[in-house]
Amino acid sequence: MADYPTFEHDVLVIGAGGAGLRAAIEASTNGVSVGLVCKSLLGKAHTVMAEGGMAAALGNVDDRDNWKVHFSDTMRGGQYINNWRMAELHAKEAPDRVRELEAWGAVFDRTTDGKILQRNFGGHRYPRLAHVGDRTGLELIRTLQDHGVHQGIEVYMEVTVVSLLKDGDRVVGCVAYEREHGRFRIFKCKALILATGGVGRAFKITSNSWEGTGDGHALAYDAGAELIDMEFVQFHPTGMVWPPSVRGILVTEGVRGEGGVLKNSEGERFMFNDIPANYKDQTASDAEEGWRYTQGDKSANRPPELLTRDHVARCINREVKAGRGSPHGGVYLDIAWIKERLPNSVEHIKKKLPSMYHQFIQLANLDITTTPMEVGPTTHYIMGGIRVDAVTQASTVPGLFAAGECAAGINGANRLGGNSLSDLIVFGKRAGEYAAQFAKENGAGTIDDDQVKDHVLAALEPFEREGGENPYTIQHDLQEMMQKNVGIVRHHDEMIEALNGLDILRNRAARAFSPGNVDFNPGWHTALDLHNLLIVSEAITRAALERKESRGGQFRDDFPEKDPEFAKFNFSLKKGDSGAMEISRTPIAEMPAELRQVIEEMG
Amino acid sequence: MLFVQFVAKEFMKATFSIRRGGREGGEMVDYSTEIGEGMVVLDAVHQIQAESAPDLACRWNCKAGKCGSCSAEINGKPQLMCMTRLDTIDTTEAVTIEPMRAFPAVKDLIADVSWNFEVKKKIKKFNPRPPDAEDGTWRMQQSDIDRVQEFRKCIECFLCQDVCHVLRDHNKHAEFIGPRFLVYAAALEMHPLDIENRTEQLKDLHGIGYCNITKCCSKVCPEHITITDNAIIPLKERVVDEHYDPIAKLVKLIRRK
Repeated sequence: MADYPTFEHDVLVIGAGGAGLRAAIEASTNGVSVGLVCKSLLGKAHTVMAEGGMAAALGNVDDRDNWKVHFSDTMRGGQYINNWRMAELHAKEAPDRVRELEAWGAVFDRTTDGKILQRNFGGHRYPRLAHVGDRTGLELIRTLQDHGVHQGIEVYMEVTVVSLLKDGDRVVGCVAYEREHGRFRIFKCKALILATGGVGRAFKITSNSWEGTGDGHALAYDAGAELIDMEFVQFHPTGMVWPPSVRGILVTEGVRGEGGVLKNSEGERFMFNDIPANYKDQTASDAEEGWRYTQGDKSANRPPELLTRDHVARCINREVKAGRGSPHGGVYLDIAWIKERLPNSVEHIKKKLPSMYHQFIQLANLDITTTPMEVGPTTHYIMGGIRVDAVTQASTVPGLFAAGECAAGINGANRLGGNSLSDLIVFGKRAGEYAAQFAKENGAGTIDDDQVKDHVLAALEPFEREGGENPYTIQHDLQEMMQKNVGIVRHHDEMIEALNGLDILRNRAARAFSPGNVDFNPGWHTALDLHNLLIVSEAITRAALERKESRGGQFRDDFPEKDPEFAKFNFSLKKGDSGAMEISRTPIAEMPAELRQVIEEMG
Repeated sequence: MLFVQFVAKEFMKATFSIRRGGREGGEMVDYSTEIGEGMVVLDAVHQIQAESAPDLACRWNCKAGKCGSCSAEINGKPQLMCMTRLDTIDTTEAVTIEPMRAFPAVKDLIADVSWNFEVKKKIKKFNPRPPDAEDGTWRMQQSDIDRVQEFRKCIECFLCQDVCHVLRDHNKHAEFIGPRFLVYAAALEMHPLDIENRTEQLKDLHGIGYCNITKCCSKVCPEHITITDNAIIPLKERVVDEHYDPIAKLVKLIRRK
């Protein structure tokens, strides 16, 4: 072990997005030493991409809002297979977490009476998203980062974790390499929190950055933890589709929240054609009512563009397949039309959606204040992830905690927009608190030199496969294959093809060759990431295959209806003794009477 | 003739001259790759990585101008690679791509920006006045936070630091925090809730006097923050008011007694 420098902390957090930073701050506040490891520079995590806002029932804009409404909206959006306890804690605690950000320097947009302003978003009954224009994620991460650097947290930037280390059943640290020189490091800790975000890079069209390679999912899985709900991938309805190089980049739901409408090539507002039964009484009956809703009329219902993301994405997909798409295979998202209603619409749009204006002018040569955008679904978020305890965020492996996108439960089959940022701070805090407690109650474990050696040797293999394949090509083919076979519309035969495809890709990945040396070598990094992408791709495919119904993020062509039988459990995936992935059904605990009553009351 | 035009459009190649090498030094290496409609410089770099230089190092994350990771000097101009479209630059000649020069090069296109993270820690943190309402919340008017929100748009790409001659040409990293952190300090100083005073720090420790308002920083800011006019000049005025105004000094002296 003398070969590798060892860094020791009570709590080690992997990932420095919203959840990781919030967890690190909380653990440190609880008086333990904290290390924070991140693949990129501090403040660059994918959280900066979040645009619309964070959902919290502050009731600043509509005083009818409260935790009960938020809770029932979240459960309805998740099609009732959410971890109801997480949904409850989230709805109750989000307001305090948002107010806390203000105390740490966040500057949210304001109401006329000087409070935090809240905006409408899909699936939320009342205006609920605290926001800063369309750059809320940046505000969140910067606030946590600037607060965190004064907390005595040790930050290890541009360090990638290759494997967790165990002492018996318990996680006691990890092996990592620093990107600049490829030198290996050992991190020893009493409790470890995974906050590594999502898996978007498993698909071709995605809003995710290079970092979304499912690292936390795979690290936990390899350490013996359970993953749940992996079949539920959220395809955000509105990603850019043109030009090709920006395909997949997110167009915030905030555009629709501000009155933007979706139209097909015939100019028809097609979202009015298909409104799910359980949202019928919450949806506007005509365009006029929808507009009034976006302008804050409390007596109006939301326009169908603000139905849940899974539904809107499928409707767009259907229009394109029926030949009513835009020239580049999307549909039109029109915010420019509001000039008919607002005399100062150009300034209004620029003020409310500055990043969107900027993004389209610069990348697509298109002025959104005058011209409709072309948009289509893009892989955005995974509801599934590491199975955690609702209160403590502890995984099924002792010493291992998870928070944020890589953890699962709160979102069920579909996440509501805006619930992610609040999830990060609610459960990031909880993970930090309980990991600190675990660290205080448990002594340090022992690092096993042999485990370290094995992981390091395995990580260096890509340099020795002279004549092997280019890892970028393998990654590209994996993304194409997943997009085609396990994308927004799924079918048994295609998913079997995907499983076979994954076998082939796994063999190819075992021969991936990285020329050059360990110094900041993206080819090598890509070769190592393949391991994680393959695990999450297999988990998504196996769970999607087993769920023989359509629900939330999962739509099956061969089983287009919802089946109440499948509402009784979550699919869990675990590494079996043989090393093969095993799937099982974990029953959903019965909801307590008082929460059931809340859902009934809220309709 | 028509066919020739078609070919030219579909299979246009361009040459990119990219800095390769580590901390000790590097050289410019030419790569040729196909370019197409809507491509940005970062796309070309990624294509080159996938085709011919898998170990070519560059930072990037969001690819949408929101994270500020892919800062570089394109044909000598500090820009984000992800927001620089190829049709806005001359691709008939080799396009040069280099790391930011105001910082040490790490490898290829990567600059060592760690100094910036150290600087930030030295600036006194946000310190709010007691809450306005009993529930622990504050009241602020939108008009009172517009300016601070402008500063908080900063994505920390450090292009302003790169272009600032005090850092780039005079290497005053030890004495001057640079435009990024003057904007950061301004966001704190002008935050309606903040009650900390940072003017003495700005004058002595942070070297605000070094800025001679050439406004180069404002010109390269991808977020279009009016760094000099809205952040630095008002901060300079505060420093002058508090530390160089003879009448204020006299008042202070009397008050102290």
